[in-house]
Amino acid sequence: MSFLTLTNIQKSFGPVQVVHGFDMSIEKGEFVSFLGPSGCGKTTVLRMIAGFETPSSGSIVINGKDQGTLKPNQRNIGMVFQAYALFPNMNVQDNVAFGLKVAGAQKAEIDTRVKQMLSLIKLEHLADRFPYQLSGGQQQRVALARALAVKPQVLLLDEPLSALDAKIRVSLREEIRQIQHQLGITTVFVTHDQEEALSISDRIVVMNAGRADQIGTPFEIYNTPATRFVASFVGTLNIIEAKVADPAAGAVTIGNQQVSLRDAIAGMKGGDNISLALRPEAGSIADSAKGDTALAGQVVSTSFLGSVIRTRLRVGGDVISFDMFNDPGVTPPVSGDNVTLRFAAKDLLVIRE
Amino acid sequence: MKKIWAWGALLFGLLYFTLPLIGMTNFSLKMRRGEYSFDAYGKVFSDPRFQETFTYSVMQALFTIVFGVLLVVPTAYWVRLKLPRLRPYIEFITLLPLVIPAIVIVFGYIRLYNTSSWLPLTGSLTGTNMLLMFGYATLALPYMYRAVDTGLRTIDIATLTEAAQSLGAGWATILGRIILPNVLVAVLSGAFLTFAIVIGEFTMAALLNRPAFGPYMQLLGANRAYEPAALAVIAFGITWGCLGLIQLVSRFQKSAPPKA
Repeated sequence: MSFLTLTNIQKSFGPVQVVHGFDMSIEKGEFVSFLGPSGCGKTTVLRMIAGFETPSSGSIVINGKDQGTLKPNQRNIGMVFQAYALFPNMNVQDNVAFGLKVAGAQKAEIDTRVKQMLSLIKLEHLADRFPYQLSGGQQQRVALARALAVKPQVLLLDEPLSALDAKIRVSLREEIRQIQHQLGITTVFVTHDQEEALSISDRIVVMNAGRADQIGTPFEIYNTPATRFVASFVGTLNIIEAKVADPAAGAVTIGNQQVSLRDAIAGMKGGDNISLALRPEAGSIADSAKGDTALAGQVVSTSFLGSVIRTRLRVGGDVISFDMFNDPGVTPPVSGDNVTLRFAAKDLLVIRE
Repeated sequence: MKKIWAWGALLFGLLYFTLPLIGMTNFSLKMRRGEYSFDAYGKVFSDPRFQETFTYSVMQALFTIVFGVLLVVPTAYWVRLKLPRLRPYIEFITLLPLVIPAIVIVFGYIRLYNTSSWLPLTGSLTGTNMLLMFGYATLALPYMYRAVDTGLRTIDIATLTEAAQSLGAGWATILGRIILPNVLVAVLSGAFLTFAIVIGEFTMAALLNRPAFGPYMQLLGANRAYEPAALAVIAFGITWGCLGLIQLVSRFQKSAPPKA
């Protein structure tokens, strides 16, 4: 039985419905990320779990208990905010101790727990500092310790890394994941950064316009996107417009070239338009052993990105990108070159709208 | 040339404001014939009515401040947090005491709360004192509300509230331990302004017949020569002391933690 269950959650603000029939089951100790662009409803779902918003309909059950009638301060849910939200009038120690004091814990217990938490985030030496004396990364670690100090049943992270610079973001996300592993706490993480979601999640919910477009492991989300939106939002994906030639054989026509997909195309007939997706890293023009499928095209441009060279190629009516590792022994193609792009048939995915 | 005009304007302004004060202070020191002395101040301080009325007004000011804080902080907080669309209307209401004369307010009070009304506050001393305190709170409302509202603007009250709620805090804890300490400097500014208003207020105290400092100043001014000038200097001193304290706490705020 799952630990956190969201069933048919709907949410409207006035006439605008922002969450449509959201269903999700999260296991105890699981790290789930809600990924999507701004306004897709991910933060609204998170706030409904926290109790800051009330669902228009649907139910939220945590550890077998319906949260519908519980106020935010009765749910025992830890939350970390994008803006840190440390109490400016309290030092680090008092911030971390706040929840325990509210709960009426004994002083000795509070002291022990605060020390544990500060040790967990490696900031014992800053216990007496005020929030304004800390860097953004340190403030967010304190916010994490404060949320964890009360031993919440679920930890909610609302874009906690968005306000930090790139380097701190990477180190802190690894720290968050490690602490989550260590404590085994069920965690919901909201982000619009696909790299963040892919790197630390057990499962990802890709949200679009208030709906969960796809729920899966990072591997599934990246390699087998279920919809055109997921394909375009997660990673850099080439969308190729084609026509179905022979659905039973999985044959499609791209421009005037025919290629075969790995599987038959269900629910379509010859002549139907179809969208296909191909990851930039799936193709190669240098390695003839790269795959069983080939597409001829003309180089539009080449960009040197350090470890990778990205080439844009015109195939049929589309321009697609593919990446190859920078090999000093291989001369990159130049604009106007006619090349053959090779890839495995299994990498050419059919995309639903 | 422009600078000369600027300095000239400044000098004129300074003289306009300071000359009467200098004259009044000079006069208050001339009670003893032919030499400067603090005799007038001594007389004022030794007058038991001064002590009685000043103590009364200070007590009224303290009660007004407490009542004002209890009324304004939760109201301004709630309006900012939950009813932001009502803010212009609330601001308008809080500004009304600036355009409605105190005499109108106090006559309204007397009419509403006299001994034949459903809430006869003027029927007892405690009731009348309370009524006067409510009147003072009304007069101080524009300053107190504005100070607190400005203080609330500097902190992210929505996020701080949610953070506290997620840690199990109820409304009383949030207001008492998160919001109030973070707008304390603004509350103190409002409190000092309230103090200055209450100490000098005449109309309400006189019409409610309470022994406040304002009516005492008026009474002394009608019957004595030098003491009223000394009293006016003292009253100025108190007001400026309050303004100085506002400056001091504002400076203190600059070294305090910046708001989230």
